[in-house]
Amino acid sequence: MGWLKRLLLAAAGLSLAIGAAAADTTVKWLHIETNPAQVKIWEEVARAYEAAHPGVKIEMQFLENEAYKAKLPTILQSKDRPHIIYSWAGGVLKAQIEAGVLEDITDSLKGYSDTVAPAALAAFTSNGHVYGLPIALSQVGFLYNKDLMAKGNVDGDKIKTWDDLLAAVKALKAAGVTPIVVGGADKWPLHFYWTHLAVRLGGKPAFDAALRGENGGFEGETFQKAGDLFKQLVDLQPFQNGFLGFKNPQAVGYFGDGKGAMTLAISIVYRQQSVQAADKIGLAPDKLGWFDFPVVPGGKGAPTDTLGGITGWLVTKSAPPEAVDFLKFFISRDVQERLAAGNFIIPVVKGGEAGLNNAFMKRIADNLSKSQYHQNFYDQSLGPSVGRVVNDVTAEIAGGSMTPAQAATMIQQAWKQGN
Amino acid sequence: MRGELASAPSVAPLRSPAAAIPEHGPVRDGKFAMAVIFLPPALLLFTLFVVLPIGEAAWYSGFNWNGFGRPTNWVGLDNYRFVLETRAFWLALRNNGLIILVSLSIQLPLALALALMLADRFRGAVALRMLFFLPYVLAEIATGLIFSFVYDGDYGLVASIWRFFGAEAPHLLASTQTAMLAVLIVVVWKYFGFHMMLFIAALQGMDRNLVEAARIDGASRPQVLRYVVIPLLYPTIRLSVFFAIVGSLQLFDLVMPLTRGGPADSSNTMVSFLYNNGISRMRVGYGSAIGVILFMICVTFAVTYKRWFMRDE
Repeated sequence: MGWLKRLLLAAAGLSLAIGAAAADTTVKWLHIETNPAQVKIWEEVARAYEAAHPGVKIEMQFLENEAYKAKLPTILQSKDRPHIIYSWAGGVLKAQIEAGVLEDITDSLKGYSDTVAPAALAAFTSNGHVYGLPIALSQVGFLYNKDLMAKGNVDGDKIKTWDDLLAAVKALKAAGVTPIVVGGADKWPLHFYWTHLAVRLGGKPAFDAALRGENGGFEGETFQKAGDLFKQLVDLQPFQNGFLGFKNPQAVGYFGDGKGAMTLAISIVYRQQSVQAADKIGLAPDKLGWFDFPVVPGGKGAPTDTLGGITGWLVTKSAPPEAVDFLKFFISRDVQERLAAGNFIIPVVKGGEAGLNNAFMKRIADNLSKSQYHQNFYDQSLGPSVGRVVNDVTAEIAGGSMTPAQAATMIQQAWKQGN
Repeated sequence: MRGELASAPSVAPLRSPAAAIPEHGPVRDGKFAMAVIFLPPALLLFTLFVVLPIGEAAWYSGFNWNGFGRPTNWVGLDNYRFVLETRAFWLALRNNGLIILVSLSIQLPLALALALMLADRFRGAVALRMLFFLPYVLAEIATGLIFSFVYDGDYGLVASIWRFFGAEAPHLLASTQTAMLAVLIVVVWKYFGFHMMLFIAALQGMDRNLVEAARIDGASRPQVLRYVVIPLLYPTIRLSVFFAIVGSLQLFDLVMPLTRGGPADSSNTMVSFLYNNGISRMRVGYGSAIGVILFMICVTFAVTYKRWFMRDE
């Protein structure tokens, strides 16, 4: 009896120990952030969560932007998939939902979801089910270098219409300054021009109609005109030499080095240009200016319409509940205030804007809150295949190898072929 | 005299062993038993990693599929029609043709010329051979990355050289006219060493008596070259051409870091076109159709080439 009892006790003790060790959950978190300062804050948040919740480990994994997009479908179908993944919402999210690789977290968010700005949360909701949480909003507009603009006698704040922009480009060229810097090799920086023109020309109604296939879909008048106006700009040769060979980080660095007057970019470039610049300092905040994308006379879009991203995190199927818990911890007012204070994000959590201490970021946040129509990047909202076609054709218009009419036709064809 | 020399028997080390085995008897059975033991592992690997994926690709090419779950949207031959209608496909095909052309007309003659100079054992020959072979040793992605910096229009080596002569440096990788040219230069630089080594090996294994005999008969150096050495090299030249063409059809690793297919698809090869359109855009069916087309091209080439040019082997 003695040795048997002891044996049983030992076995029970051992299994308990193993059980306790197995209760250590690992939450795998895949991201694409290259800014080391921001990653540092994320790591601190992760460690803080681990300290508050013993038995949970947060494991961060990194993939570069393009590699991430290419690898994602394969990763999501493997058993080893990450639990939290980065997302730009839009058509890619739709495809992922349809494929059933995401976890419906609507129930876990009860009571929490009201803290998040509704428009941002809506981007990650489909048919009433929430699949992820937004982390940041961004706006696309023109960042400009005040010194270089002054050389061409151009006042950035006075550029309000498309013709003003064209005139500014001509003046800068005459003064020997490179008017615009763009990362043409990555193509998506170029598609901002075309898309924003479409937003200005047709507003939300035109985009919705095109999605429904009305008015000739993407071959319709709005999009043809967007291409024509973009061609007007391209014909002035406003971009830096060899722009089709510049990848986006390179182009951002080029702007940060003070080699070009303007760049049409996502608002986070405000910080990125100092990270990518050769001296790691870039342009000082008081040398940087911002103007919203110019309006087109006769355009049906409202001047408050914005183009930009709603980025966030998705939870993959069968992720442990700790993953959702960590997400709620991460996208909370305190963390958002902290990130906003570092000028990394425009917050989505109500009250997070209190952390914005920078006039520039406050202005962007203001624009976004006033906007009635925030168009997500076309190359995301239209899905992976059509999105890339939009990128390709705008790059070809910029390179002069395709006419705007051909470009519009190609997009419409790709849209009809479907994803 | 010329005829005799030209028809000198070429060394044929590649003669099939089966021809030497008698049709009957225990010897044949012995070899058969060995084949039964050694073939299955190789066949298994070959089936798993070559035959099955090809079959699967052919299957997927009939669907419109984004890579998630299982394919459900059958479209028959539509994907093939889309591929043939895509301008980028024909550009990629043209680019592959250009690579083959450049390999055969510039790379191989260059390799042959260098091999002829370096086959003899003179001082420094081994060092020079290694030097010329080094580009081949470098990983393709690394080469692509290095050359993307060399070609950079603002800070690259090419730009510096251009500016030294006083002109404004061109952005070779950013122009549709010059991107493919830039890729071709890197291709030649990378692979000529490999072909050179093949030729050197063949030259060193060549029977010197034939050359001596020709010399004794009064042939000059160019004549020896043209009528003795090169004909003796025909098997190696055929092999080199085969490698060059098959390699050109597969070129991908060099293109991606340099241009990713280049401004407006101007420097796409078939494989990079497949990657950009099939995988990056999550159109696996479309990508598979491209893959099947590429496979047909490769198989047709391999079979035709073997049958027509390597008949003696």
